Amino acid sequence: MLGYLFLLVLVASVFGFFFNRFSARREMRRGVERFRSMDLYHGVHAVFLTGLPALLFALFFLSFQGAIVDAVLVASLPADAVGTIDASGMSLLKSEIHSIANGIVFGEPEPWKRDAAAYLNSLSTIAAIALWVGVAAILAGGLYIARRRVFGAFPARERVEAISKWLMIVCAVLAVLVTTGIVASLIYESVRFFERVPISEFLFGLNWEPQIPIREGQVAGFGAFGWIPVFIGTLVITFIALFVSVPIGLLSAIYINEFAGRRLHAVVKPSLEILAGVPTVVYGFFAILVVAPAIRNAAASIGVDVAPNTALAAGSVMGIMLIPFISSFADDALNAVPRTLRDASLALGATQGETVIKVLFPAAIPGIVGGILLAVSRAIGETMIVVMAAGLIATLTINPLDSVTTVTVQIVTLLIGDTEFDNPKTLAAFALGLMLLIVTLILNVIALNVVRKYRELYD
Amino acid sequence: MAHPNQLTAMHGPLADNAAARRRAKRGRTDLWLKGAGLTAILIAMAMLGILIGSLVYNGYAAFTQTHVTLQIDIDPARIPADNPADGNYRATVNDALLAQLPDVTGRRAQRDALRILSNGAQYILRDRVVANPELIGGTLTIALPVSDRYDQLHKGYVDRETPETRRLVKNDEIGYFDVLIDKGLISKPFNTALFANADSRFPELAGLSGALWGSFYALLVCFLVAFPVGIMAALYLESFAPRNRWTDLIEVNINNLAAVPSVVFGLLALAVFLGWLGLPRSTPLVGGLTLALMTLPTIIIASRAAIKAVPPSIREAALGLGASKQQTEFGQVLPLAMPGILTGTIIGLAQALGETAPLLLIGMNAFITSPPGDLLEPATALPTQIFIWADSPERGFVSRTSAAICVLLAFLICMNALAIFLRKRFERRW
Repeated sequence: MLGYLFLLVLVASVFGFFFNRFSARREMRRGVERFRSMDLYHGVHAVFLTGLPALLFALFFLSFQGAIVDAVLVASLPADAVGTIDASGMSLLKSEIHSIANGIVFGEPEPWKRDAAAYLNSLSTIAAIALWVGVAAILAGGLYIARRRVFGAFPARERVEAISKWLMIVCAVLAVLVTTGIVASLIYESVRFFERVPISEFLFGLNWEPQIPIREGQVAGFGAFGWIPVFIGTLVITFIALFVSVPIGLLSAIYINEFAGRRLHAVVKPSLEILAGVPTVVYGFFAILVVAPAIRNAAASIGVDVAPNTALAAGSVMGIMLIPFISSFADDALNAVPRTLRDASLALGATQGETVIKVLFPAAIPGIVGGILLAVSRAIGETMIVVMAAGLIATLTINPLDSVTTVTVQIVTLLIGDTEFDNPKTLAAFALGLMLLIVTLILNVIALNVVRKYRELYD
Repeated sequence: MAHPNQLTAMHGPLADNAAARRRAKRGRTDLWLKGAGLTAILIAMAMLGILIGSLVYNGYAAFTQTHVTLQIDIDPARIPADNPADGNYRATVNDALLAQLPDVTGRRAQRDALRILSNGAQYILRDRVVANPELIGGTLTIALPVSDRYDQLHKGYVDRETPETRRLVKNDEIGYFDVLIDKGLISKPFNTALFANADSRFPELAGLSGALWGSFYALLVCFLVAFPVGIMAALYLESFAPRNRWTDLIEVNINNLAAVPSVVFGLLALAVFLGWLGLPRSTPLVGGLTLALMTLPTIIIASRAAIKAVPPSIREAALGLGASKQQTEFGQVLPLAMPGILTGTIIGLAQALGETAPLLLIGMNAFITSPPGDLLEPATALPTQIFIWADSPERGFVSRTSAAICVLLAFLICMNALAIFLRKRFERRW
């Protein structure tokens, strides 16, 4: 249904474009008056007067239709039936009425629910008709006005350029809106979480057992929301990942940059790019299919006991994921060292290896550190590998053989299958998300500053 | 550098010893560094090899599916000609199988033997008969999928030497199956169900069509939103925006947005698209919008680089000929920057295709057995389907997960190859 609406808008816009353009061309050919703007701009002007407002209207209407229909529906419900239920009961009731309206009936609902469902259906029909009529009216009005403006003195180009400039500004601001939206929604939900769980308990608590009380006044069921063990788990996995990726990434970058011949270069670079392009869900599956059993077998053969979801598996696979990341940053940093330093060192008789270790590497360290910090931020925010291969239970440990959980794992497991944001369990995910955002942003800002400072050094 | 022997001649034996030792040590450092570098590269390559190798090794089996060919009498008594959808297909199919196994007698043995057939076999027959009602009353020869355990047995994943108690398939059951093999009824054709079917609880019936359509719709939305918005934003920031605090703010914002973890975008989508705007859960529309927000920074950054690479002489020539600022940018600069923009867009879309975490949070990991008809129907996406299958315990899903990953990687390789082709073909050096 909606598809046809947008098709209508599209067809009307295209029609308006050609209709206005040809009208302008005909007028020009008649030569009665000089035209300020080219025919093209009269066509685009028609699009901006028809498609654009119609699209905005439709999106605006659709955004608020659900809420308004629901409000009208709730107001119409019999007072004696809904007088006593609370917010969550109301949302349950609403979804029940919605499913009855869609023809999915469980058991024998009360007659007033059936009436409400019928009323809801009629409301939806009214809303759909209003939407179509509104869009059609805007399209017709826009076409009419645009056609009326096809005359020589009309500044079509100026109008079109003014509108398109505003469109561009809106698009650029949208990027800011996304950030604002992220921060606002995280803070809003986090504040609701901190109303239920004190912020000091969240930041400094040593227990993470997110649960919801099943009945009023339950003693043991409220759960604990201290994020320290979750954060420690994240750090453990991040550390393992760096332990794998930093030496391999760094050494391979040095080798490619300084020693490798053209043939090896041509093979290794694309392979690392492939490694970088593999989706993380694939790495996650690789971790549970290959790496975790391999680690278990290896540990069993030397008589060490490892947890089934050992942090080692998730961490080392994340390390593999980060190899191309580290190596490309090290590559850039080594390349950014001025040629003169390298030449001077070689001219003084240093070997290639000495030049790398004693001249190039120290000069490139800031860039490399920046890259490693960015890799840390990637590792902390990485989700799928740990969701698939790390544990779910938060234990306060730094033993890499144990099973640990991470911030992202908790966010995903707390939210999968849940839509109601009115209990500490789901809200906790947003608090974790806020902490994740803060930590990664700080790391990024530091890393970018380190890299920039260092670039200035040689510019 | 002088030859060592010449040095010996010049400085005498003593100097030679110390110098040679130092030189040897320095040479060892070089060698060590080279060796370590080579080892690191080899490890990285080996990891890539193991990754791809294990996926192909596990996944190739899922591209075929064991079928049993049966002659089925379509009895009008069981399948009413006036309403073929309502017939008793289960009994029809079961009788056809038992007819091939005359030695199996007794209810218990027959029940075991019937487990050879997939649970979906009756529905495949039903769909065939409903499509061609004239089949009723005749005989139909049709290849029907066998259930997962026998599929594994036929593909050699069940070791017949394992003690019976620890084996998935019992001795008697292997016996029944071997009878069918001896009669030449078992075949292993290409697994069309993998691409034609949507998800299913039974591995032998599960396919990717729902996930492929879901991913297609989500990427379509992502492209329709992120591409125009990204180009407009890039063009504004690069060519029109005044240099002031606001544009600096926008710029810093875009760069930071590119570094926000993907799961946070999922939280945003959950709170804003599902919570505040009330868009339907699990739908490609919401998934596509979320992916668009994530792809936007990539497209903007790539587009800005492409626009910046167009030389100022082009702009000056257009302006000099009397074009307005916007005519210059839209008419001259943008077309010249388009290959770069498209390359960046395709790479952004390829990233979006592999993105999983935000889609999990908006519920695109639901169990859905039919492909989505439009943007507002619940669906899965390719990576979330991989995640669902990776969680399933049946042996058949391991190879299907690997096969799904191979399909995903094939798509990614195609998209990236297209991007490289565009760059090579249309890139202009000024």
